[in-house]
Amino acid sequence: MWTDILLLMRTEMMLILIIFLLLFWKLGGGGRVQIVQAVVNGGLVLALLLGFVLSDSGELFGHMFRTNDLLRLEKNMLVLAALLVSLLASQWVAAHRHAMEFYLLMISTLLGMCFMLSSANLLMFYLGLELASIPLAAMVNFDLQRKQSAEAAFKMIVSSAFASGILLFGISWLYGTTGTVDFDSLATALTGSPLQVLGVVAVLAGFGFKMSAVPFHLWTADVYEGAPVPVTAYLSVLSKSAILFVFVSVLYTVFGSMQQVWYIVICVLAIGSMLVGNLFAMRQQNMKRFLAFSSIAQVGFILVGVCGVNATSSAAVVFFLLVYLFSNLGAFAIVQHISQSTGKETIDDYRGLARANPALAWLLAIALFSLAGIPPTAGFFGKFFLLLAGAGKGTWFLIIVAALNMIVSLYYYLRVVKAMFMETQASRTGGLCGRYFHHGFVWRCLRVYFQPHASVEALLLILLFHAVWLSIKIILLKN
Amino acid sequence: MVPVSHMLFFSTALFFIGVYGLLTRRNMIALLMSIELMLNSVNINFVVFNKYLWPGQLDGVFFSIFIIAIAAAEAAVAIAIVINLYRSHLSVDVDDAAELKY
Repeated sequence: MWTDILLLMRTEMMLILIIFLLLFWKLGGGGRVQIVQAVVNGGLVLALLLGFVLSDSGELFGHMFRTNDLLRLEKNMLVLAALLVSLLASQWVAAHRHAMEFYLLMISTLLGMCFMLSSANLLMFYLGLELASIPLAAMVNFDLQRKQSAEAAFKMIVSSAFASGILLFGISWLYGTTGTVDFDSLATALTGSPLQVLGVVAVLAGFGFKMSAVPFHLWTADVYEGAPVPVTAYLSVLSKSAILFVFVSVLYTVFGSMQQVWYIVICVLAIGSMLVGNLFAMRQQNMKRFLAFSSIAQVGFILVGVCGVNATSSAAVVFFLLVYLFSNLGAFAIVQHISQSTGKETIDDYRGLARANPALAWLLAIALFSLAGIPPTAGFFGKFFLLLAGAGKGTWFLIIVAALNMIVSLYYYLRVVKAMFMETQASRTGGLCGRYFHHGFVWRCLRVYFQPHASVEALLLILLFHAVWLSIKIILLKN
Repeated sequence: MVPVSHMLFFSTALFFIGVYGLLTRRNMIALLMSIELMLNSVNINFVVFNKYLWPGQLDGVFFSIFIIAIAAAEAAVAIAIVINLYRSHLSVDVDDAAELKY
């Protein structure tokens, strides 16, 4: 029994170990920030390695917790993303008074996501969801002096509590009509009676809030803008991926018998998210808001893939989120670097970046190309697989809308690229150029690779290309 | 014994009073109270379903116990955020915290 718990829950156990270590360390007075960072990053690497060593599947605690190869892959992706966020946050956290608390909150949310992924029961799912979302609000509030940060945190906690209220309302009706909260028994007990339809719709609305699909997206842009950049990266990659993984598995397995109820709902959510996300992203000036609306549009594309309802679509969603993880974190790494060193966050501030700082400009351009889905990057294959999966049901209208939206999205991604490569800074003083202009290119590159967090960007680039290669290999294998 | 439909009518009304309060109140503490109303109506639902319809197992009661515990944690974090927000804005009115806009 105990060896089972240790083996099947090894990722979670490792995270709990880090949490306890940090708690007792904090009680004992705390240490130097660099050592804390080294311990946290080392722990996350260890969790990642532990996740990769064995492949096993099983259930624990009377069918409360389950694990299998797919869930392990998803957890590894989340741990890897958390490691990258922790690396790109290192400079910002080191300057903060409460460095240890930041890592405590971060690992707690990661633990919640892992439990949420592994849940085989609505109660366990709800507990994991709350553990993943309550500490996030505290993380959003981490720039204690900035007014926007507190406002964003309040918006976050109220909207996430509202979402869980609606979700719970739906769950209570599902429980009332079937008498069980277990995923497997629910799947067989659902018959499609009106009360169950009410429950399913409320649960879908709760999910929609958490993954910020239109019309439940209103909190997203404000929270992303107000939060510190590393927390925005965390929100837009980790919490979004985790909820989407669970959404796909709950939708396909638990609500599989009620497909005619939710299919049209998901189609409407997908079209709305793509349209609204794209249209609002066009008029944004702040990079963080821009990436927020772009992530809403990406959720729309993912929902197109979810509409396919077959094995290909869940694989396409996982692959797309893997690519999205790297490209979005790459973009945020550069936004964080620039915001940390100059304090500037609007698109106009990025003018002439390519001349002043070519390495950063090229990295950001590749990340944005990948988000837009331009062929040589992995993002293209991600979107291609999603549309292919969505076409499986033959809803051509949806696919046409998605394809048109991909063209529209090119406009605003390329707007940033145009600002970096084709425009020059009107006044050089105070802009990004001012600081870097006098360094030669070679010297600048050297500096990039010797800064600790800039090496993260190099790492991201390598991984991005790795993902491209991987997708080409998958295509070759398929044919 | 009170019939189950009365209980469900009561809990659903409570839920939508909470939703209405959340959408119309301007005071942050009142927003948190509305959320508590929503969560408590769900608790009533779970307990009623467990007692009247599915008395064999205690799934519903356990669910409501966990909801109560998590609502307390949520309120603790939310009130800490409101206190921090009050320090910088000197107000707990939603309209005064409107720096982030389209």
